[in-house]
Amino acid sequence: MLRRQILTGVGAAALALAAFPALAQETVKVGLILPMTGPSASTGRQIEAGARLWIAQNGDTVAGKKIQLIIKDDTGAADQSKRLATELVVNDKVAVLGGFGLTPLALSVGPVATQAKVPAVIMAAGTSTIVASSPYFVRTSFTLPQNTAPMAQWSAANNIKTVVTLVSDYGPGLDSEKAFKAEFEAKGGKVLETLRAPLANPEFAAFLQKAKDLKPDALFLFVPSGQGASLMKQVNERELAKAGIKIIGTGDVTDDDQLNGMGDALIGMITSHNYSAAHDSPENKAYVSAFLKATNNMRPNFMSVGGYDGMALIYKALEKTKGETDGAKLLDAMKGVSWTSPRGPMSIDATTRDITQNVYIREVKKVDGQLYNVEFATIANVKGSN
Amino acid sequence: MLTILLDGIAYGMLLFILAVGLCVTLGLMNFINLAHGAFAMAGGYLTITLMQQAGVPFLLCLPAAFIFAAVLGLLLERTLYRHLYDKTHLDQVLFSIGLVFMAMAMVDYAYGANQQIVNLPDFLTGRINFLGASIGVYRLFVIVICSLLVVGLQLILTQTRFGSRLRAAVDDGRVARGMGIDVTRIFAVTFAVGSGLAGLGGALGTGIISFDPTFPLKYMIYFLIVISVGGTTTITGPFLAAILLGVADVAGKYYVPAVGGFIIYTIMVVVLILRPQGLFSRGPAR
Repeated sequence: MLRRQILTGVGAAALALAAFPALAQETVKVGLILPMTGPSASTGRQIEAGARLWIAQNGDTVAGKKIQLIIKDDTGAADQSKRLATELVVNDKVAVLGGFGLTPLALSVGPVATQAKVPAVIMAAGTSTIVASSPYFVRTSFTLPQNTAPMAQWSAANNIKTVVTLVSDYGPGLDSEKAFKAEFEAKGGKVLETLRAPLANPEFAAFLQKAKDLKPDALFLFVPSGQGASLMKQVNERELAKAGIKIIGTGDVTDDDQLNGMGDALIGMITSHNYSAAHDSPENKAYVSAFLKATNNMRPNFMSVGGYDGMALIYKALEKTKGETDGAKLLDAMKGVSWTSPRGPMSIDATTRDITQNVYIREVKKVDGQLYNVEFATIANVKGSN
Repeated sequence: MLTILLDGIAYGMLLFILAVGLCVTLGLMNFINLAHGAFAMAGGYLTITLMQQAGVPFLLCLPAAFIFAAVLGLLLERTLYRHLYDKTHLDQVLFSIGLVFMAMAMVDYAYGANQQIVNLPDFLTGRINFLGASIGVYRLFVIVICSLLVVGLQLILTQTRFGSRLRAAVDDGRVARGMGIDVTRIFAVTFAVGSGLAGLGGALGTGIISFDPTFPLKYMIYFLIVISVGGTTTITGPFLAAILLGVADVAGKYYVPAVGGFIIYTIMVVVLILRPQGLFSRGPAR
């Protein structure tokens, strides 16, 4: 008796599944692969919140199609990203892939996107070469050279003659080091030493002491989002500022997500980046207050706008194709799109598929009792890659 | 130069205090407890919670972390660990690594995967000049506390009645029982102290390193290197090994940054080839 009931149930479920494809045509699935657990989990949480906020603000239907967001956790492991991408493409038949918290994760998905002809929107990873690795990659985050070169220009123009660089020893770090050195030396500065700390490095003491002993005018820092706090703790402990060394870096180090907990010792630090929660524009004010409300007061960082603008790009592309989800057509629709995001004006370069955006020079300041990156100079329309 | 040496010693001391509990359980009780890092993490997170939420002074957090981790260790020892004393090492490894994953998931659930930071009190920050070298006050603080602990542990182990009972219980539990030594209680206390020391190490570590839920796995490698280089039959062996590794690591990264990260592993490999029982062990490994 019971067995018959179960069988009936299974039969009904099978029927429902069979009926589903007819319904599915009206649904456009977007599969985000993000590190929701593990060391890069903050990246995943920020991007998810950003993407969901866009959908909450703009409705879940675009060009007559219902948008369904599927979020998969790759824990920050590249083999998982690739497997999940394949599953999303084969089983869930997603129209667009997105997310990718770290460079290796994005690179592992490239071949899947190319083979399946599914556009993949990079919402976080920042190594410049990723977009070139698959014709289906589009980027809404930033690249390290894009964010680093303005810092080198600012340093050269502000009486900094010698610099030591300290970066995490992996793709984006090396990208950043290379961009800084090239730009700074082209402007007449001198990089005394390029230090690289292992990515999983709990102890920066030796590197920081080395930098201190070389007595440069400034120390340039890059570590990925989420690791800035432990680095800055050791920078403060070593009292580099008292030794007359200015601390500069990309905005990854003074990540909005953690900045407030890093302590007042950071006040005065100069960084260059594409987004600050303190960016002064009506779009950003609305974005930050909606974000805080939606996430129980988690401050949005640059990762969150990557997710928010990633969804914006997908919506704009679907509007242009009038709901058509063919991969090549969607990809074409994404090329050359431009709009005003919470971070400022941005566009997708039609030939490189990389992001063009403003980069800002900011100083850590206390605003209403909280630490923020306050922007004071803008370098307009910096290209993501050439 | 001296600054690098002192930085290395402080780092080594921190490694030692994190690993010493493992040395107690592994070396004295012959039990492989890979979940050791979880107790250190418990101490670290307790410190973070107390300081951030309740505003408890840092110095008070240190004993609190010791007691918390020790009680936690005692509870787990009474309920779980004691069933595994007679099991094979493989069973012990599988069991304790399972505990590690559970601890990581629990911390992830409760605190999130973010790195947690604490801001030390003012009197522990800053730098002072010491014999012509400049060193962080906090690192000096770590060096002093750890040195006291080493001396204390060594004295307890070699000079007290408890120490000799413990050694007897480890050498031959049955005979020790026959002599009227309460082996079960001694093991429970020893395990609790080992866990407590890990908790204290975690609490001290908050001032130098940052904590996230992957801590027990990330640092397990360092604990095991310290133990395997130092050997487990003494307290002084792992202590000297930890200092050697700390200094080599910091100095290597300073003088040859290109290969700095590998030096600690190179030392381990060389030591294990030349002296598989550990650098400072007298007898063969058990």
